[in-house]
Amino acid sequence: MVYALNAEEIMEGNKNEIVLEVKDLSVILADQKIIDNLSFRVKRGETLVILGPNGAGKTTLLRALLGIIPSKGEIYWHTKNISYLPPSELMQRRGVMPLTVNDFFKIKNVNDKQVYNSIESVGLERDCLNKRLSHLSTGQFQRLSIAWALVDEPDTLIFDEPTSGIDVGGAETIYSLLHKFWQEKALTILLVTHDLSIVWEHADNVLCLNKKNVCYGPPSRALTTKNLKDLYGVGVKYYLHNK
Amino acid sequence: MMDEKLLLALILTVSITAAAGYLGTLMLTKRMSLAGGPLGHLTLPGIAIALIYGFDVSLGAFLVLSVAIFLIWIFERWTKLPMETLTAIVFTSSVAIAFLFLPEEETVVALIGDISQISLVSVGVSFISSIFIFAVIYKIYKKMVFIAISEDLAKSENINVDKYNLIYLAMVALVIGLSVRIVGSLLTAAIVSIPAATSRNFSKNINQYAFGGAFIGAVAGFWGVVVYKMFEIPIGPGVIIAGTIMFLISAIFKRK
Repeated sequence: MVYALNAEEIMEGNKNEIVLEVKDLSVILADQKIIDNLSFRVKRGETLVILGPNGAGKTTLLRALLGIIPSKGEIYWHTKNISYLPPSELMQRRGVMPLTVNDFFKIKNVNDKQVYNSIESVGLERDCLNKRLSHLSTGQFQRLSIAWALVDEPDTLIFDEPTSGIDVGGAETIYSLLHKFWQEKALTILLVTHDLSIVWEHADNVLCLNKKNVCYGPPSRALTTKNLKDLYGVGVKYYLHNK
Repeated sequence: MMDEKLLLALILTVSITAAAGYLGTLMLTKRMSLAGGPLGHLTLPGIAIALIYGFDVSLGAFLVLSVAIFLIWIFERWTKLPMETLTAIVFTSSVAIAFLFLPEEETVVALIGDISQISLVSVGVSFISSIFIFAVIYKIYKKMVFIAISEDLAKSENINVDKYNLIYLAMVALVIGLSVRIVGSLLTAAIVSIPAATSRNFSKNINQYAFGGAFIGAVAGFWGVVVYKMFEIPIGPGVIIAGTIMFLISAIFKRK
């Protein structure tokens, strides 16, 4: 159950600097337990990275947090200003309809100035506004998605694999952009990724998920060789090279 | 002075084909253009009963469509079979049942439409219904586009996806019910898909696409009535052939 708290309760959360509280969350879909008894908290301004193998329930967790699918347990959001981006492959932009970049923004009831500021903040030119979404490259589309997610000035971002399908350079640009906005706007970020280097570079906390909580905490404590093996089922190590 | 019957035929046909073209742009977006075919076939028993007992064919079509949609829904709950399988079963059964009692002399009218017997009341009801469909689709259009991009994204922005899909489907049923008078039960897929596909070829953004569908639908309706009056070509094929010609032109001049 997702609880949308009232203004007073949100203020209470603000005092405690908590944005999200999850207690005993379970998700059952088609008679299968996808998430089992999960509890964690996210503080204001924190970057929480959710890690796990394919089928571990990461996307399901995000969908449950947003109330898109039914769940058991308690989810308390101490904010109402949340922006979500699903994996890009789930965004339909195959040209069935002639949707331009401008049309895409106007779905959100934002004014031209907000749109200009937003696209320029991710390094896109204004003349891309008349381009069709289906004519953008994968990298441009991902930048645009970030601009779109930020255009109505949320305080919390939920991103599901924002760099899937992009090359290493493109992925680095996306994460640099996210980091820049995190610093400038004091955003709270929940991020699903497979990229362990992102965890070490940007995460305050990491939640290792494989249907249940395998490990949780700051990366230096949570990402032990044993925990990674428990998470992925094989010997996974992450080497931090000295510069 | 314009013949009163011709004026009524134009108001009836153009209002319905414009509304169908507008809705068709959403149906194309949701990849549901072909669904207009089976839904049109489903209406055949209703058209047959209306022709036998002398009441409005759109009313007969709409009643049968409502029953059929309820049957598909209830069979889906009982059997858990895919919706498309159940639709196929219900629509083919519907066509078979209709031919048990459809008078032979009315077959062509039921299959490809007829506007020779329209009354002022039926034109008024169809016109007001078309305006209503247009207004509802206009109101939900942006939300439906959002849902087409990503249902999860729309839900995360607190859009009630089920409610909007239900309103959309009700408008589809209403458009099909109205359209059978013009294009019969056989050609309903064309009246929603051809204007949308043509508009898709011409338009540069979503507004041009949506209103272009309505405009092309209206132009096809206008020429359908003109050729019906001038050459006595049945109205249904007239509208569809006019739309097809515009689609061919759009395909030739499609922007790269």
